[in-house]
Amino acid sequence: MDLLSNLALGFGVATSLANLAFCLIGVILGTLIGVLPGIGATATIAMLLPITFQLEPVSSLIMLAGIYYGAQYGGSTTAILINMPGESSSAVTAIDGYQMARKGRAGTALATAAIGSFFAGTVATFLVAIFAPPLTAVALKFGAAEYFSLMVMGLVMSVALAHGSVLKALGMVVLGLLLGLVGTDIYTGAPRFTMGITQFSDGLNFVAVAVGVFGIAEILRNLEDEHDREVMTRTINRLFPTREELRAMIGPILRGTGIGSVLGILPGGGAILASFASYTVEKKLSRTPEEFGHGALAGVAGPESANNAGAQTSFIPLLTLGIPANPVMALMIGAMIIQGIVPGPNVVTEQPELFWGIVASMWIGNLMLVVLNLPLIGLWVKLLTVPYFVLFPIIMAMCSIGVYSVASNPYDLFAVAFFGLLGYVLSKLRCEPAPLLLGFVLGPLLEENLRRAMILSRGDPTTFVTRPISLGLLLASLAVLALVFLPQIRKRRDEVFTETDA
Amino acid sequence: MSTPPRDNTDLIAGLFLMATGVFFGWQALGLELGTSLRMGPGYFPLVLSALLVVIGLVVLIKAFGREGEPLGQIAWRGMMFILPAPVFFGLTVRGLGFVPALFVTTLIASQASVRMRPLPALALSVAVTILATLVFSYGLGLPFRRFGPWLPF
Repeated sequence: MDLLSNLALGFGVATSLANLAFCLIGVILGTLIGVLPGIGATATIAMLLPITFQLEPVSSLIMLAGIYYGAQYGGSTTAILINMPGESSSAVTAIDGYQMARKGRAGTALATAAIGSFFAGTVATFLVAIFAPPLTAVALKFGAAEYFSLMVMGLVMSVALAHGSVLKALGMVVLGLLLGLVGTDIYTGAPRFTMGITQFSDGLNFVAVAVGVFGIAEILRNLEDEHDREVMTRTINRLFPTREELRAMIGPILRGTGIGSVLGILPGGGAILASFASYTVEKKLSRTPEEFGHGALAGVAGPESANNAGAQTSFIPLLTLGIPANPVMALMIGAMIIQGIVPGPNVVTEQPELFWGIVASMWIGNLMLVVLNLPLIGLWVKLLTVPYFVLFPIIMAMCSIGVYSVASNPYDLFAVAFFGLLGYVLSKLRCEPAPLLLGFVLGPLLEENLRRAMILSRGDPTTFVTRPISLGLLLASLAVLALVFLPQIRKRRDEVFTETDA
Repeated sequence: MSTPPRDNTDLIAGLFLMATGVFFGWQALGLELGTSLRMGPGYFPLVLSALLVVIGLVVLIKAFGREGEPLGQIAWRGMMFILPAPVFFGLTVRGLGFVPALFVTTLIASQASVRMRPLPALALSVAVTILATLVFSYGLGLPFRRFGPWLPF
């Protein structure tokens, strides 16, 4: 069977001693930074991204994927132990996870999160293996007009799923697109928005933007108000769940995996939606809904599975179409481009080892997480007690080295400071940075496809609506946009996000 | 006297978006626009800038007539020490070399917290510098000069 031989190829690549080691290092580093309070998966990856650049493409992406899972799991750990989710997707876990920890069931909550994540990861990996190849066949039929419309849809979705004001999120997308255009125009070679600085003629360094907007801004936010945290250390009970607890988590994990897998594929950040949707479903189905918010096991098991399944299946649009579904995937695209890989449907056919190697390493990474984290949890807890003022100078040093190592360009470090300031100002103005980063990555692609489509259609803008796939995608994005502006949905959406904030 | 309510955060956000849009638009006007058939380098940016100004304007208008949340605390001290750290590293990594540049960078960054005492800051910077030099310079073999030409030795 094709699938099996492909997976065998992938596991052959991923289980080479070197790649296993990189995956392991990635998972450990990811968890290490991810457990730092207030630093979510996106910031973690942005900071660790430069470390992977010295490696070969396959190894570097495998390590990056490892960092991603590690960071996500680390985020859940902080959510459960100190009620400080780094990212909105683990905010849902914090609701019941922290309550469980306060009742002395921190060990159970952590184990539930790990088991749920592992199961969801396993299923979602197979989904990626099954669905990605046929989707690439569809993607190969895509022309410039379809790509343009697809990216528009991705951007619109990211706006719809962003926290807070839709309008400001839209502004962030446009600002991101503009920032993405800084550099040399590909058709005419004219420098754009470079302020006469030749070092920016290749465009703004993606890593510098990501580290600044996510990493540095995050540090500044944490420095606003330095207070002691209450860590649930002394009260961690046995890790291994009882038979009863295992039985109680089966249902939520299965449903969470299903919900997460489907929503993760959506461009625009399905994982956040997935964990919330799963929480709502579990609450509705539960025989004891009053337990939710006070330490319900299903409230941890469901969302954690959904979150992880969504994280995995969001690789599908990335690997098949080259379109990032969320900021983390945007970072992945950036990493691929720096490695000289053009993300898109050709990756499967031209570099099968790369593609299947990544798919296989997803599963291995998840396995490592379970094996590593359950025994190492004591160490992570210790890390939580390290005061923040010791941590952030270390982070700053790593960021500086990392960003400089990408291109040995001092201007990239100036850009880090600038984007750190910009990111902080934007967060003060309650503008979400995620749509900005997505826009930044898609900006050049969007413009290129727009211009190519217009040349191909001889300047006829109706090309976007006469080609059926393109029309469908545009209609879908229009529908999404109309929906988020409808008063009723808006109210509901506000409720959703307020509840996650609580 | 009661002032009409307005959301100051959104007021600033709207102005900020508009200003950014105007700036990019002004820059784009200096580029060749082209036609919609053969778009020049300025075409797409100009469209985006206009869109950004419009979005900013709507955000601005909607800021009036409702109360917003306050901006909250601002990390002045954080900004004063965190932001110059990478800039210093960029300015000196070639001249001073990797080791001294990193040491000072970490030292600057550590001052961002009021809780950091001078002696621990020094100790932390030394530790970070030694470890990073071992890992990145000796371990990963990144092509940094450990001590640069600005130093006499």
